[in-house]
Amino acid sequence: MLSRTADHLYWMARNIERAENMARVLDVTQKMALLAHAGQQEAALWPPPVMISGNLAAFQNQAGELNAAQVFRYLALDENNPTSIVSSLNCARENARAVRVAMSSEMWENVNALWLELRARISVGISENELSEFCEWVKSSSHLFRGVTSGTMLRDDAHRFVQLGTFIERADNTARLLDVKYHLLLPSQESVGGALDYYEWSSLLRSVSSFEAYQKVFRDTIEPWRVAELLVLRADLPRSLHACFDELLAILEQLSSGSNKECLRLAGELHARLHYGSMEAIFQAGLHEFLADFIQHNNRLGLEIQHAFLSPPL
Amino acid sequence: MNKNTVFNEMLQRDGQVRGVYADFADWLKTVPHGRLEQKRLEAELLFRRVGITFNVYGEEAGAERLIPFDVMPRILAASEWQKLSAGAIQRVRALNAFLHDIYHQRDIIRAGIVPESILSNEMFRPEMMGVDVPGGIYAHIAGIDIVRTDEHDFFVLEDNLRTPSGVSYMLENRKMMMRLFPDLFKRYPVAPVEHYPQVLLNNLRAVAPVGVSAPTVVLLTPGAYNSAYFEHAFLAQQMGIELVEGQDLFVHDDAVFMRTTEGPKRVDVIYRRLDDEYLDPLVFNADSMLGVPGLVSVYRNGGVTLANAIGTGVADDKATYTYVPEMIRFYLGEEPILQNVPTYRLSRADDLAYVLEHLHELVVKEVQGSGGYGMLVGPAASQAQLAEFRARILAHPSNYIAQPTLALSACPTLVEQGIAPRHVDLRPFVLSGKTVSLVPGGLSRVALKEGSLVVNSSQGGGTKDTWILNQELPC
Repeated sequence: MLSRTADHLYWMARNIERAENMARVLDVTQKMALLAHAGQQEAALWPPPVMISGNLAAFQNQAGELNAAQVFRYLALDENNPTSIVSSLNCARENARAVRVAMSSEMWENVNALWLELRARISVGISENELSEFCEWVKSSSHLFRGVTSGTMLRDDAHRFVQLGTFIERADNTARLLDVKYHLLLPSQESVGGALDYYEWSSLLRSVSSFEAYQKVFRDTIEPWRVAELLVLRADLPRSLHACFDELLAILEQLSSGSNKECLRLAGELHARLHYGSMEAIFQAGLHEFLADFIQHNNRLGLEIQHAFLSPPL
Repeated sequence: MNKNTVFNEMLQRDGQVRGVYADFADWLKTVPHGRLEQKRLEAELLFRRVGITFNVYGEEAGAERLIPFDVMPRILAASEWQKLSAGAIQRVRALNAFLHDIYHQRDIIRAGIVPESILSNEMFRPEMMGVDVPGGIYAHIAGIDIVRTDEHDFFVLEDNLRTPSGVSYMLENRKMMMRLFPDLFKRYPVAPVEHYPQVLLNNLRAVAPVGVSAPTVVLLTPGAYNSAYFEHAFLAQQMGIELVEGQDLFVHDDAVFMRTTEGPKRVDVIYRRLDDEYLDPLVFNADSMLGVPGLVSVYRNGGVTLANAIGTGVADDKATYTYVPEMIRFYLGEEPILQNVPTYRLSRADDLAYVLEHLHELVVKEVQGSGGYGMLVGPAASQAQLAEFRARILAHPSNYIAQPTLALSACPTLVEQGIAPRHVDLRPFVLSGKTVSLVPGGLSRVALKEGSLVVNSSQGGGTKDTWILNQELPC
């Protein structure tokens, strides 16, 4: 298929996944802020979402105070912030529009309807009080998009590039989320087992739709290292790093051509770490170090994909 | 426009319903009040969801608008269509012959039928001189704009031989009508149009460079911000071919390739929806970012086919238009089946004098204008507009032609006040490949404003589904 077409499909999927993840983080943060005991530390709740999005410096330059209203406006609605939900969805739709021929008409109509509703919502205004409902809508729209994709799209290379975009983005987001939250939550280890701790860890799990999964897998109280294990090594959890790389490796093997050796090598290397790694070893070396290295390698894989398939050098 | 002089395609002057509309009129009586408006809204919603929109130049970048869709069909009898289609095919055959001639031996100039000055026409492309195109076909896709003024009077208003658009609306309007009013299709033997993309693809394959047995066909678009982008995407999808932009193509070893995820792939036929000027920065507009450097050189050597060919603009120019009936006689030895609208060429002194005197009665058009831009409708213009146009004409008389203001036929149309007659035209699409043919239908454009004669979508016109009946109705 055309490299440009693949590029648009890939970035369409990445942007929808990005919007969904941002909505997840904002939604959970908002729910945390609503807990009765959380009042005194609301100020501590809102920086992490900005940190996860990798925008802290830009935010402070521009918006200043890290409070609920500012963070919501910046991360959800600000069209000048390239990673806000609105920017991501705009970008997804622009990419879709450029290659509507390459996907099923149901997919295009789905992305277009999503964007039309977004414009309608923006035109009547979205207040801070509607944050939760807005995030729910973004999440379910993204679910719908994936469902339509899975249900209607021919399993050709076009589908593979949609999948690549989804899983590269998802792996990046899960790793960032875990890294920031772990950093933030661990210092309060003196209260491990306390009510506050329970809410914070369970909210992290909920933000990746993994609370029920945790209960099913471990049938035990929520322990930080098990949360990490679930999100990093469990292949059966759809948002874990391992699950993302199972998908990525399989797709890259199917897309094999002469030019993607480095993609395959990188994906294989990362996959091996997740497939054969142990949580003890990861903790010994430091979870933060592990995640930071993972994010960097995942990023490199993204660049390699760009180079090998999407915008090959002339 | 005097209401009594306008031909109404549904109602005769004595108030009787014309034959082809009789069943429709009966059906209309059974439709509850408000139902049509509800269907109109439903159609609008569906069109917007599917993204059947166009971009308007000069409005905010990326602004997208719907072309208003009228839910009342336009119905033409089988016998009427027979004449129209035979006339359109005849015209396109003559125009293709003319294009071949003008870029080769120029018999028609030597015969004194078309003046030599045509060679200095801006749309004449010296690059095409002596170039042989596959099958001698220049205008693979032609949109022939036809208006009606009476029961038997059809006129060709203009030929569109460059990158005519609108066919996606013909196809989408039909799909919409079948969805909105399945019961009407039981009453009428409406000829299908859905095979248009298949006919087009077969034609494009048939004009591939000699020796290519399984040609790769692509559609070249200027990109997502072009006003007709929806149509480009739609046609590419319907034909199952790649929709490419200039940046996706490159020239190597006297061949055109596209960049794919599996490496370069050879391209044999390009259905281009990009104007000549932008095709190749090495030959035409050097600033064009939309084209493919080296494309014209490959084309001239026969390494790739372009549809439509380069240089067709010289034949659809409004000044050349006046010679088409003569071309039909000259190349085909036939009498024209469809008439031209009488046209004044303002390059001629006596025509110019007459037109300046009668400006308020005439329609004046720019020779190379399109889309209803740069046009004066005399009877509807203000004194100031008339004065301004007079000055423009005097500055460059040869840039303009003038025609009498035709009483375009009117069709029942759903407007705010209910059902009312509105002026329409018709653009059928003539396809040339192994044979010259058209699918039974076309795009009917309708001027939604009362009394208005300007049907262009860029000027607020709408569209209708056009029904060609498969057989004569028993009356």
